[in-house]
Amino acid sequence: MKEVILVKYGEMALKGLNKHSFEKLLMQQIRNRLHPLGEFGYTCAQSTIYIVPQDERISLDAAVERLKRIFGIATICRACSCEKSMEDIMAKSVDYLRETLETAVSFKVEAKRADKQFPLKSPEICMELGGFLCEQFPALQVDVHTPDITVMVDIRDTNAFIYAEKIKGAGGLPLGSSGKAMLLLSGGIDSPVAGYMLAKRGVIISAVHFASPPYTSERARLKVEQLCEKMTDYCREMHFYCVPFTEIQETLKNKCPEEYFTILMRRLMMLIAQEIAQKEGASALITGESVGQVASQTLQAMVCTDAVCKMPVFRPCIGLDKTEIIEIARKIDTFDISIMPYEDCCTVFTPKHPKLHPQLERIEAAQERGDFAALIRKAVDETECKVISGRG
Amino acid sequence: MEIYLDNAATTKPYTSVVQAVADSMERVYGNPSSLHKIGLQAELLVTAQRKTIAEALGCEPECILFTSGATESNNLALRGAAAVYGKRKPHIVASAVEHASVSSTLDALEAQGFRVTRVLPDSEGRFTSKEFLQAITEDTCLVSMMAYENETGHRLPVSSVFTTLRRRYPHIIRHCDFVQGFMKDSTTVDLLAADLLSVSAHKIHGPKGIGALYIRKGIRLQPILTGGKQEKSLRPGTEAVPLIAGFGEAVRQHENKLYDFGKQTERCYNALESRLREMDGITINRFMEGTTYILNFSVQGIRSETMLHFLESKGIYVSSGSACAKGARSHVLSAYGISDDRVDSALRVSFSEENTVEEVIALTEAIAQGQRQLIHK
Repeated sequence: MKEVILVKYGEMALKGLNKHSFEKLLMQQIRNRLHPLGEFGYTCAQSTIYIVPQDERISLDAAVERLKRIFGIATICRACSCEKSMEDIMAKSVDYLRETLETAVSFKVEAKRADKQFPLKSPEICMELGGFLCEQFPALQVDVHTPDITVMVDIRDTNAFIYAEKIKGAGGLPLGSSGKAMLLLSGGIDSPVAGYMLAKRGVIISAVHFASPPYTSERARLKVEQLCEKMTDYCREMHFYCVPFTEIQETLKNKCPEEYFTILMRRLMMLIAQEIAQKEGASALITGESVGQVASQTLQAMVCTDAVCKMPVFRPCIGLDKTEIIEIARKIDTFDISIMPYEDCCTVFTPKHPKLHPQLERIEAAQERGDFAALIRKAVDETECKVISGRG
Repeated sequence: MEIYLDNAATTKPYTSVVQAVADSMERVYGNPSSLHKIGLQAELLVTAQRKTIAEALGCEPECILFTSGATESNNLALRGAAAVYGKRKPHIVASAVEHASVSSTLDALEAQGFRVTRVLPDSEGRFTSKEFLQAITEDTCLVSMMAYENETGHRLPVSSVFTTLRRRYPHIIRHCDFVQGFMKDSTTVDLLAADLLSVSAHKIHGPKGIGALYIRKGIRLQPILTGGKQEKSLRPGTEAVPLIAGFGEAVRQHENKLYDFGKQTERCYNALESRLREMDGITINRFMEGTTYILNFSVQGIRSETMLHFLESKGIYVSSGSACAKGARSHVLSAYGISDDRVDSALRVSFSEENTVEEVIALTEAIAQGQRQLIHK
């Protein structure tokens, strides 16, 4: 019995004349991701990619696990390939779906006949196969409205396919179809989620992190690298920039009013991130901010921060509650790393009473007190870049 | 001449494992919990080994918890899961042939008020998934099955039982004692559909005193020790960094030898089996499919221990049942319905990839000599 994987793409199928370029990207991602598992054959027809393992020893479980993390895929189905005859379809369905049908209470059959030469029409296929399965599994009931199991029959040009389970894919658009952006990655729960959400829309993600040794530790930096590594499951290879931030933070602490510390720090972070983004060829910044979560994330504070930005700043978590963000963090498996208790640069020197509703002119005046242009230059020059490659 | 045929009891550590343990003791002596660089180095060493072991089992590194060995892993898995999931559902299902570290733990849980169903093989000595599934009741919280039974090498239908359980009763916790399968069978935790899985280093040429427990994400356990926050508070106590280093190295070495291991143990198994079948007075204790690295047989009329010591005098080392059950009659062999006489004369031979067919021939010749020379009961 030959098992194959059917991959169906989501909204990409709705694209017009440029659909081909999306398909090409998706195909490339799938090939790269499955390559380490062995050799596969690929065919593409009617918004479905047929993936046929060329070697019996290839684990389809592992292949499905990998496919689940590729953006652009709406559903994944493991299917059994059969000859285009009702006899073979019936025989293989019993074999292939035995375990599923034995444990189910109700089922229905759905058929799709892409090859109109096939002698039976779709409803006839359903009736014939459904009747046969009822005989084979007497405990099974037919329920066309809310069945436990829907047995799908797909009649194609060269083969027919049967399958019962649809696995939800990652959705979104294939990575690389929407340019590149720079993610400000602190090590907390929100920023990896923000990166994931943009990557889902096809954006290639690079990350920038601010380290303030000895106020922050080597472990804190390693934690962020670990987060990047986790994110590569979805984002593939990532460029990780680590900015030495100690001097700037110390200057801020010494020269500027305490209540403006956080806002000023974020403005400087934006300026640095922007410069690195330009070098990297990224066209936007991404942060994990959510309105009102902390003092620097009030609307006024964001206005003051954005005043220094020439690039658009995307904040995909902006309207989400913490619990909703955590739910996504758990899904992409970054949560457990994020909650490791190391001090990060955002929590160093936090003022007791930060300004909640800062005014831009006062902030700008406060920033004049230090020679930050030179410090920024130095920080950018001393930034280290590391390529975090995907995990196989 | 030394012919070591007791690899299911323990294995000789690889040279590189000994090196890794010594290296770590000399150079990476920090406490992984210390905040400074020396501590960080030790932490990184532990993290790297965790990753190696996770890759070998096909899981995420965070799911791997280091323990002092499979006995502790089994204890933590069973006691820890029973305490969390067994409050309202006090029923546990296991095979009747589990290793003492599982079966005695189940005895202890039984004394605490849990009900335990121990599934026996059918009249022909075979385990099928049906028996296990039939033992499930509404208040079953936990099912524990070993992947390869350590005395006869039988393969229990773990994957089919666990896959069905996952589908039908997803709330039941599935634990697998994978000690005899680890790095010998290239399966993954997902293919086995296990929630908890115990492994040990010293069965794969690693150091003794170190093992691991795989814990699927989302499964909660109650720790059996109290103390510091190491290993996510599930296993307090400073990590055994040198042993962990040796464990990781053993996995890396064994990974390269997985193919050789399969081929060479099969060669030895087939050579031994065919020769034993030609000899008089020998019955092979194998009733279902199993691993080729363990072969159990009985030599009619000669007590296991007598034959074991006779072979020892020839420089050949085998075992009489599980090394953990020194002297006592094996409850495992009896569970298959083997007569007491046959149990008392049973010997277990277990191979590694380093054994040869010549060694097997020497063994069979020595057994034949023993049969002629030793006084039968």
